[in-house]
Amino acid sequence: MIGRLATIASFVVGLLLWEFAIRYFHVPVYVVPPPSGIALALYRGLDAHLTDIGGYYYHFGVTAYESLLGLAIGAVLGIALGAIISQVAFFERTLLPWILAFMAVPKIALAPIFVVWFGIGLTSKIVMVVTITFFPVLINAIAGFRAASPDQIELMRSCSASSWQIFRIVKLPSALPYIFAGLNLAAILSILGALVGEFIGAQSGLGSLIVQMNNNLDMRGVFSVLVLLSAFGLGLHYLLGWFRSKFLFWSPDERNITGL
Amino acid sequence: MSLAATDPIIRADRLSRDFRNLKGERIEAIGEVSFDVPRGAFISIVGPSGCGKSTLLRIVAGLLAPRGGDIFLQGKPVTGPSREIGMIFQSPVLLPWRTVLANVMLPAQVLKLPPSQYEQRAHDLLRLVGLSGFEDSYPHELSGGMAQRAAIVRALVHDPAILLADEPFGALDAMTREQMNTEFQRIWMESGKTILFVTHSIAEAVFLSDIVLVLSGRPSRVLDVVEVDFPRARDIDVMGTDRFGDYTKRIRARFAATSAVEL
Repeated sequence: MIGRLATIASFVVGLLLWEFAIRYFHVPVYVVPPPSGIALALYRGLDAHLTDIGGYYYHFGVTAYESLLGLAIGAVLGIALGAIISQVAFFERTLLPWILAFMAVPKIALAPIFVVWFGIGLTSKIVMVVTITFFPVLINAIAGFRAASPDQIELMRSCSASSWQIFRIVKLPSALPYIFAGLNLAAILSILGALVGEFIGAQSGLGSLIVQMNNNLDMRGVFSVLVLLSAFGLGLHYLLGWFRSKFLFWSPDERNITGL
Repeated sequence: MSLAATDPIIRADRLSRDFRNLKGERIEAIGEVSFDVPRGAFISIVGPSGCGKSTLLRIVAGLLAPRGGDIFLQGKPVTGPSREIGMIFQSPVLLPWRTVLANVMLPAQVLKLPPSQYEQRAHDLLRLVGLSGFEDSYPHELSGGMAQRAAIVRALVHDPAILLADEPFGALDAMTREQMNTEFQRIWMESGKTILFVTHSIAEAVFLSDIVLVLSGRPSRVLDVVEVDFPRARDIDVMGTDRFGDYTKRIRARFAATSAVEL
């Protein structure tokens, strides 16, 4: 209880210090806005109709759609390919070198290419998110499928289990802690991917909103969008944490984590 | 020396097996081992560590092919894992994400046996080992002894003819181990299975077995076949008798004699 109070107090004190520092040193609002200005901009943005092009809901919806759909596709592809690569030696030999080579490419550098290929609509952003979320999930999934305990596999073999049964009953659950670690990373990257895509060229989304506001030197607006983005990121993190605790209640790592 | 039975449930005929170590050198684990296991018998294999006891068990289970020799289960050559075998390992190897009931049902699930019928059997067996009421618990909620009891139920659930046990009580403390020994004897007597039991405890082998197979160090061969004829059910007090001492002395003397030769 005291710990929680301390957290809240540090937040309040921090924001107050920020507010007074801006006022005391007369920092121009187009350089760093005060928290009160950010709050006001946030309020104005949220005090709009859901479908209002000027309001935040519409742009938030676009960015959330791009990141969540891209994340879902990237995760499914990563898990599926990770399973195939860890199960079939032939695919490990033939696919893994390609994947490792592509992984070395800074994915953000591909964003302009995707705009050329897929236009300035939602598709280029979703492709960007898929590209950027796919790798951490894939690499973790491969490690996870390989981490299944040899004793458990031997047990399955002694029961005359097929390799599909071994995969489904032992390897897939064993890989889950690793897959969730990959998903946590991918969730943060998914928002990044969508934003970068929108920076390059877009008509909607929080990233395009930031570009517009930046051009108008509307720093209060930019910061208010950042607050929204960080809330989105945290929400995604907690959502994943909830799924994690549902699926991984048995994992020693999970049982050691309290709170959070 | 060999152990010959008519119509044995397991027949091992001049089995041998070698390995390559990390340097690539060939290590002969099992030299030449032959034995027959009569139906319904409790047979233990004792031997110094590294003599290939576990390897022998894995060959019988069809998890590993022998380099030389033949292995037969119920008269048929072993080509792979068989549903007539239930295995108990050194550690319980329970799947931590499954409840106790789902864990012990694993062989029935893998073999696609009718769930309702075998679930009833699982409940009965859990009662037999004193785990009634723990069906919905998870492995991390069990003590070491309870987890190994669940592993015993899992080995029995699909009603195999043979149980293979690889030092199943080696990781337990001495008190729990003695208790498990008497319980395991009772389970064996009630189930009527054939048991091949690997252990490095001479006392455990003598207490539990009808026959103790004494193996030499690497490359292993059968040094002695000791028939233990204490009446069943044996009480743990039998371990204090002179005859029990005679059996353990005889087995120990076998080890001492061979290590003297090897030195």
